[in-house]
Order: sequence, then structure tokens, then C-alpha cells
Amino acid sequence: MVTNITSFGRSGLSDWLMQRVSAVILAVYTVFIVAFLLFNPDLDYYAWSGLFNQTWMRIFSLLAFVALAAHAWIGLWTVTTDYLKSTRLRVGVQAVIILGIFVYLVWGIQILWGA
Amino acid sequence: MYKAVNSKRPVNLDLTTIHFPLPALTSIAHRITGVILFVGLIFAFWALGKSLSSPAGFDAVSDVLANNFLAKFIAWGLLSALAFHFVAGIKHLLMDVDIGVTLEGGVQKAQITVVVSAVLIILAGVWVW
Repeated sequence: MVTNITSFGRSGLSDWLMQRVSAVILAVYTVFIVAFLLFNPDLDYYAWSGLFNQTWMRIFSLLAFVALAAHAWIGLWTVTTDYLKSTRLRVGVQAVIILGIFVYLVWGIQILWGA
Repeated sequence: MYKAVNSKRPVNLDLTTIHFPLPALTSIAHRITGVILFVGLIFAFWALGKSLSSPAGFDAVSDVLANNFLAKFIAWGLLSALAFHFVAGIKHLLMDVDIGVTLEGGVQKAQITVVVSAVLIILAGVWVW
């Protein structure tokens, strides 16, 4: 059996499920943020930061950022393995993608709990 | 030269007569919008971080989104990519639960995906401008 060492869960079925679960989390988070902005057209800093000061909102956001990391990796892994046939190029691009995902994750945590 | 197929079979290389079926186009667009969103997240994270940093930061973000054409265009572009990716994703979830997994159903769902996301993209444009 050929096993792929760069896929998210080392198994296609696991990746498939994680892609769906993370997609649903991101969909719910997206609808929530868009609805919040639509229902608060005169939003100011205090209402906006008040929302993100709530513990549940920070946890919800962190959940979305973690889901984003998994979702982005599974999706971009699929795209890179489909189109980049040169192993050297593919692994190089995938390394940049992983670094990017890591930066987003740290950036997101810093926004949620930073100064 | 080794030939894997019988060379006497008809060959059609007239590119004007070859086209992708609609489900193939929505599939590739789903991938393209995914890549766009991954790169475009830089702007989303910047806006979130800046708007939460201070009242002045919040005003800076709302000001650029209210007055800067390029910022509006990027916001609309990302919302459009998000809308399409979202709708095409729902289509995938429907296929996962065996809804419309036929040739006709696939074309129909691709058509619905295009129409619904086109409506959302127009609404996003109205929202941004």
C-alpha cells in the first residue's frame, strides 16, 4: 500500500471527513459574521471589540481559525498534488503553504488574545 | 514509437468544438476561489486585527472600506470568491448525502450554483458600494 506522508490525516477518508467538518464550521462562522455586520450597520469600535472580548466569541473564532488551517491544507494539498507533478516544486510550494497557514493561525490567536 | 491506442481512431483536435461541461467549470472555479481566498485572507486578518486594535484602528478600516476604491474592489472580490466557494461547498455536501448524484442532477446543481452565487455576488457589490 502506498501511503501519502503529506496529506492531512494520512488517509483519504479522514481528509474527506475533516474537510467537511471544517467546511461546516467555517460556513457557520461566515454566516454569523456577515449577519452581525448586516444587522449592525452603524457598528462602532466598542460594539465590535465588545463582541470579540466575549469568551464564547474568542473560542468560536479560534475554532474557525483552526478549521481554516485544516480546510486550507486539505484543499491546497489536493490542488498542489493534482497540478504540480514535479516533486521538488510541489513539496516546495507545500512548505510555503504550511508556513502561511502557521502564520495565519498565530496571527489569528494574537488578534484574539493580543494587546 | 510506442502507441498505446489504435491510431485509426478518429481524433478531434478542433478546440472550438471541445468545451468543458458546466459541472467541470464550477469544479475548477471552486478550486480557484479557494486559492484566492487563502491568499486574500491577508486582507481579512489585517482588517480584523486593525479594527480590534483601537478606536483609531477601527476608524481607519471603516474609512478605507468607505472611501478607497481599491479596498472596496478587494473586499467585493473576496466576498464574491467566498460566496461562490460557499455555494459550491453546499453543492458538495448535498452530493455527499446522495442528493442529485445523476448526470442531469449534476448539471442542474451546477446551474443553480452559478445562479445563486451570481445573485450573492451582486448583493455583495451592493453591500460594499
